[in-house]
Amino acid sequence: MVEEGSTLLRRMEISVAEAEKRTGKNTVNMQEIFTVYLIETRPIDAITEGHNPAPDSLWRRYSEFEILRNYLLVTYPFIVVPPLPEKRAEFVWHKLSADNMDPDFVERRRVGLENFLLRVASHSVLSNDKILYHFLTEEHRWKEVVCETGFQAKADSRIKALSATFRVKNPDKRFTEMKHYSDELQSLTSQLLRVRARVADRLYGVYKVHGNYGRVFSEWSALEKEMGDGLQSAGHHMDAYAASVDDMLEEEEHYADQLKEYLFYAEALRAVCRKHELTQYELETASSDLISKKQQREELATGMVRTFSFKGMTNKLFGQETPEQREAKLSLLEEQIVQGEETVTEKTVECEEYVKGAWVDMQRFKEQKDRDLREALIGYAVMQISMCKKGIQVWTNAKECFHKM
Amino acid sequence: MSRTIDAVVSPTQTNTIPADISGQMLDLDEDDDLEVFSKDSTLADGNMFNASMPTSPGSMVNQCKFEEDEESDSKDIFITVDNPESHVTAIETFITYRVLTKTTRSEFDNSEYEVRRRYQDFLWLKGKLEDTHSTLIVHPLPEKFVVKGMVERFNGDFIETRRKALHKFLNRVADHPILSCSEDFKVFLSAQAWELTTYKKQGPGFLSRMGETVRAVANSVRGVKNRPEEFTAIQEYVEDFSNKIGSLDKVTQRIVKEQKEYLEELKEYGPTYTLWSGSEEELAEQLKGVAGCIERCCKETEEQVGHLSDTLVPVLHEYVLCAETLKAVLRRRDNIQAEFEAKNEALATKKVDRDAESSDLGFVWGSLLGKNPEEARHQRQERLDGEIEELKEEIDKLEDRVEWANNALKGDWGRWQRSMRGDLKSAFLSTAEKNVDYYEKCLAVWETFLLSQRTEPSEETDRDNTP
Repeated sequence: MVEEGSTLLRRMEISVAEAEKRTGKNTVNMQEIFTVYLIETRPIDAITEGHNPAPDSLWRRYSEFEILRNYLLVTYPFIVVPPLPEKRAEFVWHKLSADNMDPDFVERRRVGLENFLLRVASHSVLSNDKILYHFLTEEHRWKEVVCETGFQAKADSRIKALSATFRVKNPDKRFTEMKHYSDELQSLTSQLLRVRARVADRLYGVYKVHGNYGRVFSEWSALEKEMGDGLQSAGHHMDAYAASVDDMLEEEEHYADQLKEYLFYAEALRAVCRKHELTQYELETASSDLISKKQQREELATGMVRTFSFKGMTNKLFGQETPEQREAKLSLLEEQIVQGEETVTEKTVECEEYVKGAWVDMQRFKEQKDRDLREALIGYAVMQISMCKKGIQVWTNAKECFHKM
Repeated sequence: MSRTIDAVVSPTQTNTIPADISGQMLDLDEDDDLEVFSKDSTLADGNMFNASMPTSPGSMVNQCKFEEDEESDSKDIFITVDNPESHVTAIETFITYRVLTKTTRSEFDNSEYEVRRRYQDFLWLKGKLEDTHSTLIVHPLPEKFVVKGMVERFNGDFIETRRKALHKFLNRVADHPILSCSEDFKVFLSAQAWELTTYKKQGPGFLSRMGETVRAVANSVRGVKNRPEEFTAIQEYVEDFSNKIGSLDKVTQRIVKEQKEYLEELKEYGPTYTLWSGSEEELAEQLKGVAGCIERCCKETEEQVGHLSDTLVPVLHEYVLCAETLKAVLRRRDNIQAEFEAKNEALATKKVDRDAESSDLGFVWGSLLGKNPEEARHQRQERLDGEIEELKEEIDKLEDRVEWANNALKGDWGRWQRSMRGDLKSAFLSTAEKNVDYYEKCLAVWETFLLSQRTEPSEETDRDNTP
C-alpha cells in the first residue's frame, strides 16, 4: 500500500460523536426538522503527550457531507471515493422503520458518517485535501469556500458524462474488467441484502410467536396443581426467547450496513472506470481528428485523393480550387495540426497518469475490500454462533422446567 | 434378553371384572400376581410390531414410551395399526388399515388376529363404547376430515397422521381396565369383515335409539338440579382447559407456519453467497463457506419443523378433541342424574296424588257410570299404589345408575388427568430437546466455519485504513 505523506488520521483523532434534531427553514422557506451530527477532532500529539485536551467540535448535517463527497468525486476522479451511508432506509423489513427520524436509523447513520470520515482521512491522497480539513474545522465559512472551488459545475458535467454512451476503441482491458466486476458487485450485494432482510423478517416472526406460549403457559399453570410450577417457569423462558430476537437482529443490521457500504462502493468503482473510458475516448477522438487533418493536408498537397471524400467528389464534378484557395486551406490545416498534436500529447499524458493513479487506487480498494468483507463474514459467523448459544440456553432451561411438570 | 409375550401374564390371572369396579380401578398399581416385564424386552417386542410400519426414530420412541408408561408393567394385549391400503369399489374409494392384535387374554380364542378396518369401523367402535360406558372417558378419534387445510383424504401425510392417531386410540382403549373388556372391542379386533358387518346390525333398533335420544335431549333441556360440587369443579376445569389447549394448538400451528416460511427464505439466502463467490477471488472460499453453513442450517431447520409437526402438533390436537370428549361425558353424567331427578319428582307428584282427597275426573266418571264412590276411590288408590311401586323400582335402578356413572367418571377422571400430564409433558419435553439439538447442530456448523477462517494465514497488515 503506497502512502504519500502522513495521512490526516495520523495527526488528528476524528469522531462523529452525537446526533441532534434541529429545526430550520429550508430552500422553499418551509419549516423542516433535520438531524445534525457533532464532529469532534483532537490533535494526536497532544493526546500522546499525556494531555487530555477538549475536542474541537462542530455540527454538520447530512447534506453537507454530500457536498464534501461530490467535491471529492470531481476533484479526484481517479480515486474510488468512500461512500456515505444511505440517504434513505432501504432493504427494510417490517420491524425496521423506514423513517429517517427513527433513532436506530439515526444511530446507524452516525456510525456510517464517522466511518466515511475515517476512511477519507486515512486515504493517502484524499486526506491531504484542504477542503476536507476545513470541513472538519471550520463550521461556518466552509460552504462558501467549497463553492468557490467551482466544483459544482464540474459535478454537473461529470454526471452527464457518466451517463453518456460512447464507444471506446482501445480501452484498458483491466478497466473494462473492473467495470464489469463493479456491476456484478452491485447487483450481487443488493440481491443478498434483499434476501437477508426477508430472512430477518421471518425469523422475527418465529421468535415473537413463541411469546404466546409464555402467556398461555402462565394462564394454564393456574389450572394445574402438579404441573403449575413447571409451566409457569417454562413460560418465562418462552418470553425471554421471544424478546431475545430484537437485540440479535439489531446487531445483524450492522452486518448489513457493512455490506451496504460495499454496495455503494461498487458505484464509486464503476465511476472511476467510466472516467477512464471517457478520457480514453477523448484521446481517441483527438487522435483520429489529427489523423484526418493530416490526411486532408496530404490530399491537398499531392492532389491525390486516396480515400473517398466529398472533396474528391466535388473536385471531379465541379473542378478543382484555385491555388490561392489551396494555400489558405493548407496553412489553416497546418495550424490545426499543430494544435491537434499538442492536444493529443496532453490527452495521452492525461490518460497515462489517470490510468496509473486509478490503477493504484483500485488495487488499494481491492485489498481493503477483501480485508473488510472477510472481517464482516467472520463477524457474521460470530453473530450466528451467539444466537445459537442463546437458543441452546433458553431451550435447555425450558427443558428443565418441563421435567418438573 | 428377550422374552416371548406368552410369559407376560401368569396363568392364574384372569381378567374378569369384579362386581365392584370402582375399587378395582383405584388399585391398579398393586397387581402382585403379574410378572413384571423388563424394559428391554418391552422395547424388543415393540420393535417386532413396527416391522411393517415406516419407522422414524421419533415414532418408535413415542411407541415405546407409550408402552412403557403403563402403571403395571404387564401388558397382555398388543395392538398395532399400520399398512394403509386403498380400496376401490363401484361406489366409493376408501382406505383400510391393518389391525394386528397379539394377546394372551383368555376371552380371546386365538393369541393373534389380523384384520383390516376402515375409519367408519373405528367410529362405530367409539360410538358403541360411549353408549355402553357413557361416563367413561374414551380417547378421541382423529377427525373425519380436515376442513381448514383442505387436505385430500388420500394425501400421504394425512393418512400417516390418521394412522398414528388410530393406533393411539386402540391402544388407549386396550389400556383402559374397563373399556378393554368390552365385547364390542373384542369383536372389532377379531372379527372378519363380514362378521363385523353382521355384528354391527345387531343391537337396539333405530326407533329405540331415537327414543333414547329424545329422552336425552329432554333431560338436557330440563337440566340437572343438584349436581355434586366435585363435578361442577371438573366442569369448570374442563372449560378452562379447553380454552388453554385450544390456544396452545393454535400457537403451535402458527409457529410451524412461521418456521416453514422462514425456511423458504433461508433456502434462497445461501445461493446469494454462492453467486457472489463466482465474482470474487480472495473472498470466494469464504463466501462459499458461508453459503455452505446456511445450507446445512436449512437442513436442520427442516428437520426441526418436521419434528414439531410429528410430535407436538398431533398431541395438542388430540387434547383439543379430548376436551370436547370430556364435555360430552359430563353432559351425559348430568343427563343420567337429571333423569333420576325427574323420576323422583314424578314419584313425589304421584304420592301427592294418591294422598289427595280430590274429586278427580275419574271419580266423577266412575260415579256417573254407577260405580260405588268408595270402591272407585279404593280402586284409584290401588292403581296409584301400583304405579308408585313401579316408579320406586325404576328409581332404584336409576339411583344405581347414577352412582355407577359418578364412580366411573371419578375413577376415570384421575386416570385421564395422569395420562394428560404424561402425554403433554413428554411432548413438550421432546420439543425442547429437539430445539436444543437443532441449535447445537447449527452452532457446530458455524464454529467449524470460524475455525477454518482462523487457521488460514491472516493478513497482519498494518491497519490504519480501516475504522
